Amino acid sequence: MKNRSLISIDDFSKEEFIRILDLAEEFEKNPRQRILEGKVVATLFFEPSTRTRLSFESAVNYLGGRVIGFTDAASSSVKKGESLKDTIKTVANYCDLIVMRHPVEGSARFASEVSSVPIINAGDGANQHPTQCLLDLYSIRKTQGKLDKLNVAFVGDLKYGRTVHSLTQALTQFNTTYHLVSPLELKLPSAVKIYIKDAKLDYFQYTDLSEAIPHADVLYVTRIQRERFSDPIEYEKVKNSYNLMAEMLKNAKPNLRVLHPLPRVNEIHEDVDDTRQAYYFQQALNGVYVRQALLKAILGL
Amino acid sequence: MEKKNGNHKELVVSAIENGTVIDHIPVQSVFQVTRLLRLDELSSHVLIGTNLDSKKFGKKGIVKVSDKYFAREDINKIALVAPTATLIEIRGFKVTEKKQVEVPDTIEKVVRCVNPNCVTNVENVPTRFRVINKQDVKLRCHYCEKITDKRNMGFR
Repeated sequence: MKNRSLISIDDFSKEEFIRILDLAEEFEKNPRQRILEGKVVATLFFEPSTRTRLSFESAVNYLGGRVIGFTDAASSSVKKGESLKDTIKTVANYCDLIVMRHPVEGSARFASEVSSVPIINAGDGANQHPTQCLLDLYSIRKTQGKLDKLNVAFVGDLKYGRTVHSLTQALTQFNTTYHLVSPLELKLPSAVKIYIKDAKLDYFQYTDLSEAIPHADVLYVTRIQRERFSDPIEYEKVKNSYNLMAEMLKNAKPNLRVLHPLPRVNEIHEDVDDTRQAYYFQQALNGVYVRQALLKAILGL
Repeated sequence: MEKKNGNHKELVVSAIENGTVIDHIPVQSVFQVTRLLRLDELSSHVLIGTNLDSKKFGKKGIVKVSDKYFAREDINKIALVAPTATLIEIRGFKVTEKKQVEVPDTIEKVVRCVNPNCVTNVENVPTRFRVINKQDVKLRCHYCEKITDKRNMGFR
């Protein structure tokens, strides 16, 4: 993995995923290791983000490295009309690795082709978000003790949710059975579904969340984005059908855990937070360990 | 070109001293082929035939261009809209090359990505696609990973 960029979830093999997850486990036991001493990581956030940027910067800091970068495009030379290529080629001179988030799809792949240092994609538009995907895999393995042959239910905005797309794709390597719960308007796009079909795995589609719950080992809930709906009445209609409440988990398997990439709005009621099934805050913490593991693997330390 | 018998047609084809003949073009794609190859920008002789009788296809189109050989890139474009087309290159009145056009494994530069928010439509980046279905042509963008298919395919 040394010096390789991580742009899309299929850039890494199943064995490489596992290696990262194993490494992350070690960082969970001991997150403060000064292995990045003397290294500089650039975090280029052309689009604002709280969780992803802070967990990357936290990961670098715990490892003793330094962070440079910007937190939105308005405070960078992009505002002066600089091309992405020029920005990347310049910043690559100042650091050992670039973490970037950009609103344009495919921008991270392009950056990796012009950069002299490896790029980690921290989200490119609605396309990929592979580090989120790895921390999701880590969280699934942590809570279920395995990745193979699980029933994973995806809930909410399956159409635009890039975390759903990346995770769906990654899980095709682990004999997953998919339970896809969404309003009809927000079904999983065929460009993503094709990965499930090509892997010859089973998937079931639902509009009613309660129907899917009893089947699931993992309930991966995402936010439904109001701005995607042209008709506000349609939005009002679907938004409450995915308000997960603690009592809805009564019929769940005992091993079920609820994951959410966060931020949540109202799709998970706060009364779920206190149940043993709630895992989303721990999931966010796992992001630091997984990113530490990636930094170590890609910088070859 | 109209109402040729087999012999006469052969004669017209070989009547080009140097150049390219694209035969067996599906009738509905003839003018798309002329646009893709930018034939309107050429100054040499160009003959365009359509609705011609074909034993193989019933009706077909044919395009003949004098003093011009096309780059692989341009030929790839034709394969996307006219998969049945035959490419014939003529040098000194002789057929020097004759082959079926083929949808390649990857397509570069010529096709526009259907996704307006793809980096190839925002920054100065040439497009690149992996062909994931050659029959019912489907292209996956190397950058944004969206699928561009026959129905929404545009050319640069």
